[in-house]
Amino acid sequence: MTDALLEVADLAAGYGGEPVLRDVAFTARPGQRIAVLGPNGGGKTTLFRALLGELTPSAGTLERPARIGVVPQTERSRLDFPVSALDVALMGTLSTLPWWRRPSRADRARARQALADVGLAERVDATFGDLSGGQRQRVLVARALVQDAPVLLLDEPYVGLDTPSAALLDRLLLDLAASGRALLIATHDVEQARDWERVLCLNRRQIAFGAPDDVLTRETLALTYGTELVELPAGDRCVLPGHHAHDHGAA
Amino acid sequence: MLATVWHSLVEPWQQSIDRRAFLEVVLLGLTGGALGCWIVFYNLSYSTESLAHALLPGLVLAALTGLPLILGGAAGLVVAALAIAAAARTPVLGRDTAVAVVVTAFLGLGALLALSPSTPAGLGELLFGDVLGVSDTDLLLAGGLAVVVLAALTLLHGRLLLVGFDRLNASALGVRAGTVDVALLLLIAGALLVAVQGLGNLLVVAVLVGPAACARAVTRRMSTMMLAAAAIAVGAGIGGIYLSYYAGTAAGASIAAVMVGAYAVALALGASSGRSLGTRRGAPRRAPRP
Repeated sequence: MTDALLEVADLAAGYGGEPVLRDVAFTARPGQRIAVLGPNGGGKTTLFRALLGELTPSAGTLERPARIGVVPQTERSRLDFPVSALDVALMGTLSTLPWWRRPSRADRARARQALADVGLAERVDATFGDLSGGQRQRVLVARALVQDAPVLLLDEPYVGLDTPSAALLDRLLLDLAASGRALLIATHDVEQARDWERVLCLNRRQIAFGAPDDVLTRETLALTYGTELVELPAGDRCVLPGHHAHDHGAA
Repeated sequence: MLATVWHSLVEPWQQSIDRRAFLEVVLLGLTGGALGCWIVFYNLSYSTESLAHALLPGLVLAALTGLPLILGGAAGLVVAALAIAAAARTPVLGRDTAVAVVVTAFLGLGALLALSPSTPAGLGELLFGDVLGVSDTDLLLAGGLAVVVLAALTLLHGRLLLVGFDRLNASALGVRAGTVDVALLLLIAGALLVAVQGLGNLLVVAVLVGPAACARAVTRRMSTMMLAAAAIAVGAGIGGIYLSYYAGTAAGASIAAVMVGAYAVALALGASSGRSLGTRRGAPRRAPRP
């Protein structure tokens, strides 16, 4: 698979019966931030679940690294759970730790370093539920870093973030890509996707994959979002109304 | 004055029956307190209470046939779990209703059997326990249970935290949520089987849920909460036996009463202190910064 971290060919996946997503074919290479665009129910979550091995593809092939990190929406975390930022980051060690072993001092040091890398060195002992949305998002990124996964899947990480938090996350994702990881970022923000290296458009099948300038055309976006798309009067730009709902991928 | 207090504290310990009861509540308190935190955070309090009640027919049948109570209780647990699973599949019943129907039916059946003249053990003893009558075997079982449960909770700590905190993404982090659930349920079943003999069918939940609920009100980390819950359970157990000794009340009910009192105190403390145990001294509890 050359230098590709993830290679998907003719993939179809679903929940029994008809696939809810088909004809997916793309490659993720080190250093790429890949925007995964699509309407609610378009197959973003289904794709992530297939990449994580939680769904068996009904067709096609999938070459993936042993570990893929996942950064879920923080809105779905249990904020009442009695865990610190360090506890959450340490969860990233479990994929390589036998069940009879507890995290070592070195593991704890690695988790602290990951929290420092995402700018939370001072909040290591803070209760997860007490952190702001942006900080919680970064703790979950730190957990994926501790997992040492070359590919990270981020599920709408910008939802609920204010502008300064979003800017911090932008910088963090850029750093992660620069360190040789590939990031797949589910988002509804078409304008943001223009700044990233690749765009993957889904609407129950793959509509397009490629560089933003090639993919983010009015025609492709119309096929991806259909009537949800709002066309700006001047130029070739299109925008989407605000999205907060989430694709569960179920048919 | 001091001598009087000291004498009052020491006097119950001079009786062999009370010494054994103290040891039993210490062992069950350590187990129930630590395990109870996971019961509370996995939202299993109702299921635990239901299983405890539903194993009554098994206990009564064991008493009728002369089998060890623990074997009867184990059989009762398995039958109750299967009945709940079957009832939950009934389309018109929700899971909650199914559990309630099965538990009520089993509790009624147990009471019916226990009221039979040929049943040697009294219904009260099975329902409310006989912590003052624990045998050497009971103490050995409680000791073994404490070792197994505390070792398992230590080894599984990270996995239990992950599944409780982020069940949906556990498999992406290499942890099977179903396996962790089964391990926890087995620990709960084992704890119920052993603890029910000392504390009774109705009061066993007091040691499994009460101390954890108290600790939750005043702590903010799972490890601190487990330590606090174990301490509260042991303290309430010992306090209950003192209460029983001096007030002449039933031991199991006295223990449950002290635990309820502890819960009320913990709620008041938690409300007044902002639930601060377990966080670093001086660390801000909220950080609205991005």
